[in-house]
Amino acid sequence: MAALDSSHLDTSSQVDPQAFVRIADGQSRLDLLVRGAVCAGCIARIESGLREDPRVENARLNLSTGRLALSWRGDPALASEYVSKLRSIGYPATPYEPESEADPQKEEERKLLRAMAVAGFAMANVMLLSISVWAGGMEMTETMQSLMHRISALIVLPAAAYAGQPFFRSAWTALRNGHVNMDVPISLAVFLACGLSIWETFIGHGHTYYDAAVMLLFFLLIGRFLDMRLRARAGEAARGLAAMQAATANRLRPDGRVEAIPARDVLAGDRLVLAAGDRVPVDAVVVEGQGALDGSLVTGETQPVEAGPGTEIFSGMLNLDAKLVLEATADRDNSLLAEITRLVEAGEQSRSRYVKLADRAAKLYVPVVHSLAALTLVGWLIIGGEARPAIINAIAVLIITCPCALGLAVPAVQVVASGRLYREGVLVKSGDAMERLAGIDTAVFDKTGTLTEGRPRLINRSDIADTDFETAARLARTSRHPLSRAVADAAGMGEVTGDAREVSGGGVEAVEAGVTIRFGSARWLGIETAEDAYTEAWLQIGDQEPVCFRFQDQLRADAKATIKALQERGCQVELLSGDRTGPVASIARELGLDTWQAELKPQDKIARLEALKAQGRSVAMIGDGINDAPALAAADVSISLASAAEISQAAADFVLQADKLDSAVIALDVSRGAKRRVLENFGLAVVYNMIAVPLAVFGFVTPLVAAIAMSGSSILVTLNALRLSR
Amino acid sequence: MSVLIWLIPVALGMGGLGLLAFMWSMKSGQFDDLDGAAHRILMDDDKPIPPSDSQKD
Repeated sequence: MAALDSSHLDTSSQVDPQAFVRIADGQSRLDLLVRGAVCAGCIARIESGLREDPRVENARLNLSTGRLALSWRGDPALASEYVSKLRSIGYPATPYEPESEADPQKEEERKLLRAMAVAGFAMANVMLLSISVWAGGMEMTETMQSLMHRISALIVLPAAAYAGQPFFRSAWTALRNGHVNMDVPISLAVFLACGLSIWETFIGHGHTYYDAAVMLLFFLLIGRFLDMRLRARAGEAARGLAAMQAATANRLRPDGRVEAIPARDVLAGDRLVLAAGDRVPVDAVVVEGQGALDGSLVTGETQPVEAGPGTEIFSGMLNLDAKLVLEATADRDNSLLAEITRLVEAGEQSRSRYVKLADRAAKLYVPVVHSLAALTLVGWLIIGGEARPAIINAIAVLIITCPCALGLAVPAVQVVASGRLYREGVLVKSGDAMERLAGIDTAVFDKTGTLTEGRPRLINRSDIADTDFETAARLARTSRHPLSRAVADAAGMGEVTGDAREVSGGGVEAVEAGVTIRFGSARWLGIETAEDAYTEAWLQIGDQEPVCFRFQDQLRADAKATIKALQERGCQVELLSGDRTGPVASIARELGLDTWQAELKPQDKIARLEALKAQGRSVAMIGDGINDAPALAAADVSISLASAAEISQAAADFVLQADKLDSAVIALDVSRGAKRRVLENFGLAVVYNMIAVPLAVFGFVTPLVAAIAMSGSSILVTLNALRLSR
Repeated sequence: MSVLIWLIPVALGMGGLGLLAFMWSMKSGQFDDLDGAAHRILMDDDKPIPPSDSQKD
């Protein structure tokens, strides 16, 4: 009997890799995302397994990212052979579109890393000279000190000019637009420290702050780099997720042949073949064929959509039974997806108004520090009557209050927190998403595919006689239709009817012991049915009375616990669904939710979220469908699932990769912990300033004190952030 | 103290070499796959392919 394993039901395995092959000077290249490779043996098996074929020129697996770069001479069609070879040795692989080499984010990351290396080099070498000056200050001759300062200047000035660029640029942009950001005091402190030191080196012969200037840059660059790394890693993981559901389309060429192409290459007017079990790649109109499509990801409705020639169908729908020929619609601007994309963009714009904690701190910090420095200058001028100590002390105030600890306070915590969430299977898109999640007091759930599993389950097994059920199961095991699978799941492993025939748009038919048995839709069997809330299939054995099988989408196992946990954490929970009232009401009742709405369009969901926000609530949206994407973008913070539509994953701040709902609770806990740590770090920075600033104001700060204070506070803040990893 | 005349340049030169080495290693992609490098060192190039887990039992 044919084994019914899940692999051939997995739609991702259906992607034709040939669509992703790039051809350059006779060589075919393909990038694959390989699952399950964890050790040296895996590398050896994969790489040498592929190299057994003499046509393969290069196969190299990147174990950190799970990406395999493959190139071979000859026919691009060999791609599917290599993918099935990988599958046969135990590593399922999905093709993906590699980002181009000139990825701006990668270039930015490299630049920061180079700047950090230069600052680190300069800091270490200048410290060598500075410490000898501080330690040997009494014995060292004036000439030797001056020499040391000149060498320091030679190292620091070019290094600061190079490594400080990210800060100078951002400060300049902010100033030109009339804003003040954290980079303004940073740049000012670096400039003044360098300027003062040059003056002291050549004219004043006093203390120099070369080491302070580079140390400041070095610590701040660490913070910047961590922040950038976090975003890069999230972006990489998101691309990986998108690759897992890479969409291909089967284009029907004029000569009648079918070729596989990436879905984004489909042009309006192209004829596409959609096999049973495939997702609709682009919005289209049915040209040939008749069948049912599952639109739950698009509309949230669990009842299948009947489609025939002329029916408009939307990208993301799943073809349930018959082979269909489609024509891609030209008018993309009026399509559902275009409408959704427009709503998503509008929502994202409104979200960008959120002010990050770090920026809020900067807003407080900048005027306070600058007026303190100005007061110091004026105070010393009045009391001392001399310009030089007044200027030196004012600059010392700026240097010592420079936000080293503040610059590290937020990114260090966010990197540790997101690292912990990765281990829990939660992908974080951006650092401030965690800040936003920490502040929520309302959680809004979608129903289909989020609270429920998004696939039908048999619910009236007890009403069906065992013999009828067994017969239906024998037929159902031969079919890929979701309803057949639901019956097969309920029945478990067992026999299969030998000569079952799948009738497209109808059901399964077989002849057993001379009796015709049919299992399928009421329409196909000619049965009159009352319209009710359930999805149905019917079994007819010969001329006997047909037996009804009822199906319903079922709650996820952890849905109840998740909602309870969220309520315990002070969140009000609501349910907004695009599905019909009946199923939504029964799910809401089962979960004990009082506030729910059904039959909502994407716009209605946004309206409800806006109403909640207008009441002063912070709303988290948790959803997965294409119809949820605008709501995900409009909410204060949003969570999506690994099984969600691509556009929803793109719109969401968090993606639960394990597809387990209770990870949302972990995300909330970690985010709240992270916010606490950030606030603690701000507290530490304030305490540090309360000690250091009076010293600076009254002129007790030497370069040695500045160096110890800066590195001390940075280390303290980082250690506090690391506590979160446990 | 005259020893400093060449001691400081030597210190700077060594630091500079370290910096250049880091830049080079970054550029040549040595930080692209940190996990893989740790495993690759254990691989024998001259052995046949190890059997896959499913074939072992």
